[in-house]
Amino acid sequence: MEKNNKVIQVEGLTKLFGDFAAVNAITFDVEKGEIFGFLGANGAGKTTAMKMLIGISNPTSGKAKVAGFDVFTQAEDIKKNIGYMSQKFALYDDLTVRENITFFGGIYGLSRKRIKEKSTVLINELGLEKVANTLVGALPLGWKQKLSFSVSLLHDPKIVFLDEPTGGVDPITRRQFWEMIYKAANQGITVFVTTHYMDEAEYCDRVSIMVNGKIEALDTPKKLKEQFNAKNMNDVFLKLARG
Amino acid sequence: MGISVNHISKSYKNVKALQDISFDVKPSELFGLIGPDGAGKTTLFRVLTTLLIANEGTATVAGFDVVTDYKKIRSNVGYMPGKFSLYQDLTVEENLHFFATIFGTTIEENYDLIKDIYVQIEPFKNRRAGKLSGGMKQKLALCCALIHKPKVLFLDEPTTGVDPVSRKEFWEMLKRLQQKDITILVSTPYMDEAALCDRIALIQEGQILEIDTPEAIVKHYPKQIYNVRANNMYQLIKSLNDYEYNHSVYPFGEFIHYTDKRKDFNPDQLLVFLKSNQLSNIEITETVATIEDTFMELAK
Amino acid sequence: MKRFIGFVKKEFYHIFRDKRSLFILFGMPIAQIMLFGFAITNEINNVDIAILDHSKDATTTEIINKISASKYFSIKQMVNSEADIASVFKKGQVKAVLTFEKEFSKNLIKDHKATVQIITDATDPNTANTISNYVNAILQKYQKELNKDLTITYQIVPKTRMVYNPELKGVYMFVPGVMTIILMLVSAMMTSISITREKELGTMEILLVSPIKPLQVIIGKVFPYIFLSVINAVVIVMLSIFIFNMPVQGSFILLGFESVLFIISALALGILISTISATQQTAMMISLMGLMLPVILLSGFIFPISSMPMPLQVISNIIPAKWFIIIVKGIMLKGVGLQIIWKETLILLGMTVFFIALSVKKYKIRLE
Repeated sequence: MEKNNKVIQVEGLTKLFGDFAAVNAITFDVEKGEIFGFLGANGAGKTTAMKMLIGISNPTSGKAKVAGFDVFTQAEDIKKNIGYMSQKFALYDDLTVRENITFFGGIYGLSRKRIKEKSTVLINELGLEKVANTLVGALPLGWKQKLSFSVSLLHDPKIVFLDEPTGGVDPITRRQFWEMIYKAANQGITVFVTTHYMDEAEYCDRVSIMVNGKIEALDTPKKLKEQFNAKNMNDVFLKLARG
Repeated sequence: MGISVNHISKSYKNVKALQDISFDVKPSELFGLIGPDGAGKTTLFRVLTTLLIANEGTATVAGFDVVTDYKKIRSNVGYMPGKFSLYQDLTVEENLHFFATIFGTTIEENYDLIKDIYVQIEPFKNRRAGKLSGGMKQKLALCCALIHKPKVLFLDEPTTGVDPVSRKEFWEMLKRLQQKDITILVSTPYMDEAALCDRIALIQEGQILEIDTPEAIVKHYPKQIYNVRANNMYQLIKSLNDYEYNHSVYPFGEFIHYTDKRKDFNPDQLLVFLKSNQLSNIEITETVATIEDTFMELAK
Repeated sequence: MKRFIGFVKKEFYHIFRDKRSLFILFGMPIAQIMLFGFAITNEINNVDIAILDHSKDATTTEIINKISASKYFSIKQMVNSEADIASVFKKGQVKAVLTFEKEFSKNLIKDHKATVQIITDATDPNTANTISNYVNAILQKYQKELNKDLTITYQIVPKTRMVYNPELKGVYMFVPGVMTIILMLVSAMMTSISITREKELGTMEILLVSPIKPLQVIIGKVFPYIFLSVINAVVIVMLSIFIFNMPVQGSFILLGFESVLFIISALALGILISTISATQQTAMMISLMGLMLPVILLSGFIFPISSMPMPLQVISNIIPAKWFIIIVKGIMLKGVGLQIIWKETLILLGMTVFFIALSVKKYKIRLE
């Protein structure tokens, strides 16, 4: 597969809170269709960095283009071209599966007809026909997460940002979730995963590890494990964090 | 002493949270309850800490019945709930002092028990608990749960949401506590933490799948697992799922864990099949089962 | 006991570290009193009045001159007979009418006593009351001048009569009402919030799995608020005495005792609310809707109970605030003692005991 189309380009991106550099001149690129893992401990600056990339926080300095748009001047265009899913907020528990899909489709400006088509396809693909009119709150966590990922792809975004997507779900559902991610990537959607669960990192094409606002390592999981002489990403992280 | 659970069942409205759970935890054992969110771990903890009454079955903690002797249990166990449950607007020292007082003891009295952990957070003793990092909060919570020198310690998902460094340190602390004759029941959704326990129970949907030492559980895995990789992950998964002899196909980091239905499986046959599916750079190597593989096999 | 003290100490930390609750605790009473106080007692200026002078002698002329010289009143017209008074009021031309009795000077010299009647339009009770106060002040000043060089004292007796709203609700009435609202709010809402906060944070789980007894938790939660509410009550009474010159006729000790009783009943209600709500938000909603509204609407603070429809009158009986307002009004305004208000006190006491018993019974020793 050809991957020379950079959908995220970041150069010297910095965010200062007073004197404190939450994000300190980070530089990296993400290619089309790539699954990019953005790792770091709590407070390492990954959430701040991601907020800048999805256009909800203004960088202090540096350059960044997401889906071809500048984060300083074209934040609104960025928002139209990305999807976002977080474990904390995903769907409305008090709306049914179908209502959630319709609502989010509406938010992204999809036509009624398109929403109808999409809903049917999505519900069939996830095997949710029987629960289409059930409140989302009554579904198991794993189903909710899969549904919420699909919803974030409703408007055919170029990039989808996932914030700790699979924490806590059972191992089988989790793998089904990753199969969905692989499928999306195969269709050319770039998947940007922020997480501090190192085993999620193992599934990514490339990962970056942030420590104290800086990117301290960036490569494929395989190469990172070789470089740090570690048996898994958890050990890589431990070695990096402990210096 | 330790913990004994006999045929415990618990339902909420129409959800069966626990179904006929039985197991024993020996004195000063480090016992892990491994399962995803919603498996019933928290409900079981609440039954054992006397916060909930089971619909069926009995249980004893440190020799006391969880229903009739609940008062004795409450002064003899330490409990760290899943959510960080200390007073955010109190400082580190005030929190510790408060819990010591509640349990009718003082920090000085049991200082040797928490010393190892407390020295790490002591530099921040005048900081409000709400302003601590995740790892620090967790250490403080552990100190508070230990301050009255409990016989049994209940830790409900202590490492959820905590970074790998703090997780590692936390498990090291648990190992040291075990040396001090404290029985520890810990729950976690992370399969990789299972190996750090003496014995584990795998739990899913309110039922125990298996109880044994981590080594034995892995050994019981019935099949040879193969690591498979190729140039395109999505196509690879699709092809393997289409392969008529597959027993299980699970993405596992950069590989797929594959098992075959046949006893006399030859990887070369699979290689030919995958090649015929337009895959390249194919790698098939033997690998050993992990707890997670076992879990999935049992939960299937 | 050490456990209990430790618990209470912790509660004080919570209160003093939370700016929001501190504001509710101390900002609110002062703000409310000031608001009610100043909205009600305004300065008056050039109020139009009429005069009916039955004697038209030297003394009345002198008094009339003094009144017209003051900046507070301007004499709009002189009325000739009692019959005209009503029509003057109805036309809304004046706010008050002063009537000097017949033979005013003669009476003053003969009996050392003469009477002025002040009739005010009390549809606006605040102004009515202020007017009569100001007239009184002018009369008293005149009386002093009159008596300065004499051995006999002459007395001018003002007789105030309010038309249209003879009970004059409002003026001093707001203090008992505001005090009731604030004590209710602080006691019930703050305790229910502080208990549900522990549930929300998960600390309640830890407290339950500890040797501390339910009663210790309840009293530990409630104790700081008794203390703070008493301070609040004192602040409110002080403000009304020193800023609004509100008289306290009765015994301070009795007032204090009744206040503590009411505070405890409100606290018990707060605990009850916390047993049925899982989140701070629910607790706040129930406190506001379930306690504050009835206190404001049904306690007789704003709307007189006697003019309510029968069902509401019956319901008002189960509101502790109703009885407390009667008690406070009695003590502050009428100066009555326990021999008069023992019945109300007993009802309040009964309610308090009932609420405490219920909340201790309802307090859960487990999670469900």
